[in-house]
Amino acid sequence: MSAPTSSAAAVALLAGRHRWRPLEALPWILAVAAFFLFPEYRVLGSQVLIMIGFALSLDLILGYAGIVSLGHAAFFGTGAYTAGLLVNAGWTEPISGLVIAALTAAAIGLISGWVILRTHGLTLLMLTLATTVILQEIANEKDEFTGGSDGLLFTVDPLFGQFAFDLEGNVAYLYALAVVAILFYVTRRIVNSSFGFSLTGIRENTARMHTVGMPVHRRLVTVYVISAAMAGVAGALLSQTTEIAALNSLSFERSGAVLIMLVLGGAGRLYGAFVGAAVYMILEDRLATIDPVYWLFWIGLVLVLVVLFARRGLFGVLSDAVAKAGWRA
Amino acid sequence: MRMRTLGLLATAMVVATAGVVQAKTVKVGLLLPYSWVNKNHAQQIDNAIKLYMKLKGDSVGGHKIEIIRKDSTGPKPDVAGRLAQELVTRDKVDILAGVVYSNNGFRVAAVANKAKIPLIIMNAGAAALTTKSEYIARVSFTMWHAGYPMGEYAATKMGVKKAITMYANYAPGKDSNNAFKTGFTKHGGEVVDEIPLPFPKMPDHTPFLQRVKDTKPDALYAFVPAGKWATALIKTFGDLGLKDAGIKLIGPGDITDDVEINNMGDTPIGLVNAHHYSAAHPSPENKAFVAAWKKEYGADSTTNFMSVQGWDGMEAIYHLVATLDGNIEADKAMAALKGWKNDASPRGPIMIDPETRDIIQNTYMRRVEKVGDSLANTEFETIPMVKDKWKELNK
Amino acid sequence: MDYLLNVLFSIVFDGVAYGMILFIISVGLSITMGLMGFVNLAHGAFAMAGGYVAVTLMNQAGVPFALALIAAFLAVAAFSVAFERILYARLYGAGELDQVLLTIGLVFMSIAAATYIWGPSAQPITLPAVLTGRIDLGIREVPVYRLFMIVAGAVIMVALWLGFERTRFGAQIRAAVDNRRMTQSLGINVDRLFTVTFAVGSGLAAVGGGLGVEIWGLDPDYPIEHLIIFLIVVAVGGLGSIKGAFVAALLLGVIDNAGKYLLPEFGSFFIYVTMIAVLLLRPAGLFGRS
Repeated sequence: MSAPTSSAAAVALLAGRHRWRPLEALPWILAVAAFFLFPEYRVLGSQVLIMIGFALSLDLILGYAGIVSLGHAAFFGTGAYTAGLLVNAGWTEPISGLVIAALTAAAIGLISGWVILRTHGLTLLMLTLATTVILQEIANEKDEFTGGSDGLLFTVDPLFGQFAFDLEGNVAYLYALAVVAILFYVTRRIVNSSFGFSLTGIRENTARMHTVGMPVHRRLVTVYVISAAMAGVAGALLSQTTEIAALNSLSFERSGAVLIMLVLGGAGRLYGAFVGAAVYMILEDRLATIDPVYWLFWIGLVLVLVVLFARRGLFGVLSDAVAKAGWRA
Repeated sequence: MRMRTLGLLATAMVVATAGVVQAKTVKVGLLLPYSWVNKNHAQQIDNAIKLYMKLKGDSVGGHKIEIIRKDSTGPKPDVAGRLAQELVTRDKVDILAGVVYSNNGFRVAAVANKAKIPLIIMNAGAAALTTKSEYIARVSFTMWHAGYPMGEYAATKMGVKKAITMYANYAPGKDSNNAFKTGFTKHGGEVVDEIPLPFPKMPDHTPFLQRVKDTKPDALYAFVPAGKWATALIKTFGDLGLKDAGIKLIGPGDITDDVEINNMGDTPIGLVNAHHYSAAHPSPENKAFVAAWKKEYGADSTTNFMSVQGWDGMEAIYHLVATLDGNIEADKAMAALKGWKNDASPRGPIMIDPETRDIIQNTYMRRVEKVGDSLANTEFETIPMVKDKWKELNK
Repeated sequence: MDYLLNVLFSIVFDGVAYGMILFIISVGLSITMGLMGFVNLAHGAFAMAGGYVAVTLMNQAGVPFALALIAAFLAVAAFSVAFERILYARLYGAGELDQVLLTIGLVFMSIAAATYIWGPSAQPITLPAVLTGRIDLGIREVPVYRLFMIVAGAVIMVALWLGFERTRFGAQIRAAVDNRRMTQSLGINVDRLFTVTFAVGSGLAAVGGGLGVEIWGLDPDYPIEHLIIFLIVVAVGGLGSIKGAFVAALLLGVIDNAGKYLLPEFGSFFIYVTMIAVLLLRPAGLFGRS
């Protein structure tokens, strides 16, 4: 965004932040177009959308509230397993399954967040990591319920009683698209509200926030809980569409992957989540097809190059280009 | 006159194209963890497949075999499932094969089931896996193939009365533990302690082995994943003096894997273990297999159970293509696999159980011995045509 | 009573031995993160490189173990200087997230490169005969190699401590950790300080990597496999503190060992419980500055 040149312009910029701009329709147009243009990639597409949803939830706490977490998979995985455990307990409707998964993940977020959000920096990072490692270990141990490392197989009812998940990924794609659209709407409303602004304040200058009487800890826990709920929805989406809840939904690797995707795209911009998740997953898929053994090298190289030459993330690069072209992104 | 020429030409073309249509390309989707942890297993299986196709040619009965390789990147059922779905819908494979991890196996089995595509499992050893679809056949093993006979042998022929079990704390480990316990206790043995090892990060084995040493059992049955885990376990076992204290280390052949065993020093010498394949198996088929392997991959390389599983998987696939003349239809394919025997497998005779579609094979009792200047798993007893005991006991 | 003493001794001894390796590898990371404020998640790759250099020299060129470790130190330290100057120095002012992304990218590249060069299987290592077997310490017999690990760790700790507490160079580093700007304004070339410190830290990681091959094995997934434990040591010890890294490593080693001996079913929890307890009570770590 180009810098405003007067204080009135600055106020206008901030005041207008919440308004929907025409360019914001682009990612959704692209998502729908991709459905038709790449019919053989719908399964990948559904998983990209799910990771976008997951990355959005991380952006809320990382990009806006400044909480760097290496443990967000704890909530993703909680959602994934909740969706499966529900079915095995007899509750097979998928959409309500998403809601219950969100609530369960939110509960875990509340308990862990309350305790650990008093810390920051490396300490907080390690505590978020501990959360996910401990949950993964519990899931591995309690294999009577979770299937342990074999995973928890389950099948939800067809959506609306009609649409079962098919091999081509048609239903999965549209399901994920609809749910992520809702997650995005909620996220956008939050970050453009006064609550959202206060998060940025906390991130930039916690001390000052304290001095103006803001209940910092309560705000952080609140956003953490909301973010956990969203991550839980994304996790449940994944396990429902893949018909299995597995330990890799709770893993350090999953946490790291979503962090990489978000930073690659650019944190704190919301759309960074879209660009980062899509680019990373599609790149990984294409590179792995070309070179199944050594693709990791090329992906690593891409990450290094992006950091060296595209400091604000890929979305930053995109939005700079768009701004130069005269539009506001 | 011109009409007749045209007619003849047309008939000739039809006949010619009919001949061409007969030969098709049979596509096999191969899912292995090429890039992440356990890529060494992927490499052994893949090398066996490449060697097989080099030696036996890449066509069967005029039908070309095309292998489409996909990297599952690890125990990630969402990824493995997606790749299987893409192989089936986009690449339109006729057969799915590979699969190292059991959790991936469960997901891929569901895909194979829905798509009605035969799935040849080349490693994943979860006993229940083959029950998840009619279209699965396994050419590898279950943990019970080795665990149960090891337990029985230890109790009946090794004089082991008290044993401790130690196992990597994930599903195959627990499975192996149960298999051994069942075989051991059924034949009069007593398991005095069961020690789970943290998974997936390999721990320092010292505290666990120290605990075993202080308890002084007759034997320690250990299962850890084949590879550097096994090496670390056995080295530490020697370092801490358990071998010198007279505690016998036993286990499935995963811990004395032929690829790793020469990294373990002298400690494994004398180690009794049970498994379905040894690179030292003295059959002419195996000698030829090992020789061909070393010629292709270097004198320092060796075959192991992963290689023979990849090899036999290809044997099964080639059998299918030959029997069905290139038209791989799922029900016919499974009918061709049920009861399929391969007496020329490098490991010894194998058969696909017509009831369960799981593998029936010999389990060999082996002892690690020094042969020349390297170690080998020398077979000294054969338990013929062992079925997966878990399915028998859980009917 | 005698039995209990025996158990206690072996728990402490084995735990300390394990902790020493953790210390040798992690101290470099603690100093890098504390001194330079640089989140180097690729630290494990330097340890792995050291392991591979040492093992290759031993296996292919017959170099003796001790010499191979020294060579690993020098090679990786030199290599890290190039790395630091060309790559890392450009991101000192950048945010942590950029550093995370860069170093994770380097980790991926190192894993793939190691697979390409040395293959996917674990590397074999044959220790010199003098370091094998067991030795009787009176109280009980212990493996010689683990005793060696403890001695090596102690020697390195003393050397580092002397270096930091008793030399001018060490004083400069301590000053820079405390207040970089002030140190710079005194005319001290902080950039050079960084480079040397980073080289020493990476070199030590290389030595630790080589020492640990016998216990931990060495394969291309090393940097990711051990990343968490190194971060735990650094967090528990406190950023930028050698003493902290030492105490944390030994403490975690002993607790981990004790837990796994006494309650193997909960084996992996003890380290995390300890970390959580320490971080909640002392968020800056045992010897960190808040």
